[in-house]
Amino acid sequence: MTVENTILICAGGACISSGEQSVKSTLEEEIKKHGLDSVVKIVETGCMGSCNLGPLMVIYPEGVFYQNLKSQDAKEIVEEHLLKGRVVQRLFYKGPTGEIKPRMKEELPFFTKQVKVVTRNLGIIDPSNIDEYIANDGYFALNKILEWSPERLIEEIKKSGLRGRGGAGFPTGLKWEFTRKSKSSEKYVICNADEGDPGAFMDRSVLEGDPHSVLEGMMIAGYAIGAQYGYIYVRAEYPLAIERLKKAMSQAYEYGLLGKRIFNTNFSFDVELRIGAGAFVCGEETALIRSVEGMRGQPVQKPPYPAQKGVWDKPTVINNVETLANLPVIINKGADWFSSIGTEKSRGTKVLALSGKINNAGLIEVPMGTTLREIIFDIGGGIPNGKKFKAVQTGGPSGGCIPDEYLDTTVDYDSLTKLGTIMGSGGMVVMDEDTCMVDVARYFLEFSAEESCGKCTPCREGTKRMLEILHRIVDGEGKLEDIDSLEELAISIKDTALCGLGQTAPNPVLSTLRYFRDEYESHIKEKRCIARSCKAMIAYTIDSEKCVGCGACARACGVNAVIGKIKEVHKINQEACIKCGSCYVACNFDAVKKVDAVDLVED
Amino acid sequence: MPTILEADSGFKELDKYIDGIKEKKGMLIGVLHKAQEIFGYLPVEVQSHVAEKLHVPESTVYGVVTFYSFFTMKPRGKYPIKLCMGTACYVKGGSKLLETLREELEVKGDEPTKNGLFSIHEVRCLGACSMAPVVLVGDNDFHGHVTPHKLLQILDSYRQKEGKRNENKKS
Repeated sequence: MTVENTILICAGGACISSGEQSVKSTLEEEIKKHGLDSVVKIVETGCMGSCNLGPLMVIYPEGVFYQNLKSQDAKEIVEEHLLKGRVVQRLFYKGPTGEIKPRMKEELPFFTKQVKVVTRNLGIIDPSNIDEYIANDGYFALNKILEWSPERLIEEIKKSGLRGRGGAGFPTGLKWEFTRKSKSSEKYVICNADEGDPGAFMDRSVLEGDPHSVLEGMMIAGYAIGAQYGYIYVRAEYPLAIERLKKAMSQAYEYGLLGKRIFNTNFSFDVELRIGAGAFVCGEETALIRSVEGMRGQPVQKPPYPAQKGVWDKPTVINNVETLANLPVIINKGADWFSSIGTEKSRGTKVLALSGKINNAGLIEVPMGTTLREIIFDIGGGIPNGKKFKAVQTGGPSGGCIPDEYLDTTVDYDSLTKLGTIMGSGGMVVMDEDTCMVDVARYFLEFSAEESCGKCTPCREGTKRMLEILHRIVDGEGKLEDIDSLEELAISIKDTALCGLGQTAPNPVLSTLRYFRDEYESHIKEKRCIARSCKAMIAYTIDSEKCVGCGACARACGVNAVIGKIKEVHKINQEACIKCGSCYVACNFDAVKKVDAVDLVED
Repeated sequence: MPTILEADSGFKELDKYIDGIKEKKGMLIGVLHKAQEIFGYLPVEVQSHVAEKLHVPESTVYGVVTFYSFFTMKPRGKYPIKLCMGTACYVKGGSKLLETLREELEVKGDEPTKNGLFSIHEVRCLGACSMAPVVLVGDNDFHGHVTPHKLLQILDSYRQKEGKRNENKKS
């Protein structure tokens, strides 16, 4: 019998954690119960991108999109949609405007504004099935380049304008050329899948949703530089990615696409997995090499660059997951096609992970040169709960925050650098008016100080001193000269630290000082936190006109700081209050107010 | 509970794993992962054993164990609770969850609770930022959009599970 319906269920990280497995098993049971198993095919795909709507599925040929599913919904879908041909309206996506869009993927700006190159197969194929990858042009590029000379391949990539997607944006073709020219009988390709920036899950999604594209990319890189061996260095925090990679590797070996004499040529290539052990600095290439060798992941001085002396002291190319996944498409469609997307200096697309205070949190891919406004408001759907946009953080602990006056900036390597941040790996964390920028800077500095490997003094000691100052400011004990000290420390760390981690660690502080200096000043001078987020500077009070005396706040309070009898106006004992905010959340009458603590004293 | 030295079956399993590796060059981290999976943590005895098997100095093994945050020399709770401290989770109230948990379980740092049931671990971004804030119990029990209230319910569900198991044992 021919298949009448294909159901694609998203098995990305977010959907799995919101119950995709139970939806799928109910679906399978129901399909079997109604004898539909020969005409309905279920495919578990990689991340579809709209992570906040999960678990979700798309039913073809209609292309109907169901979201936010529970296992009992699967029964209704089988009985109504599959058996009777009636769509289940209840499970459609209703956007902020309440407008119903049954065929989301063709209609919603979240999907239609995207251009999928790296994520081409995500949400479309079954990542654990190599045949589906091959059916979507998989391993065709490898076959094609094996007929070329490595030099021609390098030329093609140079012409495409592809730049490394790991953060620094170094031209990929050039990196290959350097490594190709290094004389050695033994060379290596390392896939950097140590995606450590908080707020970034692009590489995770590609590894989980399309592992073969990364393997194919590694082989293309290997052929270009003359390597026979590759390592994939992946974080231990990504167990599903590890599992899918292992499966993909064993299938590729089985098909003869990895191993000796691939496609009957003289090209042989083996890949091995290396699992990280929780050290952010291992994303830095020289530290990563030490970690691949099983050692402490501490960076070393460059030069020599990995292109000359990398893993086991042999010439090594290190490419990021997203860079590698771009390669097969560039080969298949040509460098000219690729360079027609994006801006003059940043070609192609960028995969971004949207999170934080944004409606459509998830994974997206847009052409380079798309503006932040389009990304955050058109695709991301804006800020929830009617709050005001304050800043977007890019580049993780190495990057910075961009305020609203620069929302029309285009996303590409150079414009973001100009604003004092970096593209980084592609995580974008959106912040609203309730986020305190001093606290955000403190958060990132804490991250960098903790992850500093301790080898060089500027990073080890400098980040600690900066952190102490930031703690002081957030705790309401800042001094006026603190801002100058912060800047001075930041600049000297940038200039003198050994590796990329240290050199970029002060960026979050510098960029918040650049755009949100007033927040630092009000913390220090007025002891006010504009976002009313820093505990030391806020207080909770009860508005006597709005309080109905229901007692909800008193019940919520863990330290008995709310006093008052039922049906009478309540009060907060400021000395006992620990400012946990439970009463603020519990009040249904908007009577509990968050105020600046300094105003309270004046009352 | 047997001491680590008496738990010979663990060492046997580890030896089998090490002997099965063809190319031992650079495998120290991989072996330590396996050892921690078997023993739950990496006390000095286990480190010495690994050093001997792989022919590397004990100081090298110790250096690696203490460098990486994934490795621990202290035992964990039966259900380690991993709180994501990534940016998105932080912005969406991750630190409040930590406070709630510390208060409820009355433990400092990552030491286990008195009954050995739980331990708290602040972990790096789990890459599930769209569901922030997120909590992971053990290796697989994942929770998104967690509130302090929901977190207490999660703890209760584990306590109940343990309670039932103990009852079964009695009967």
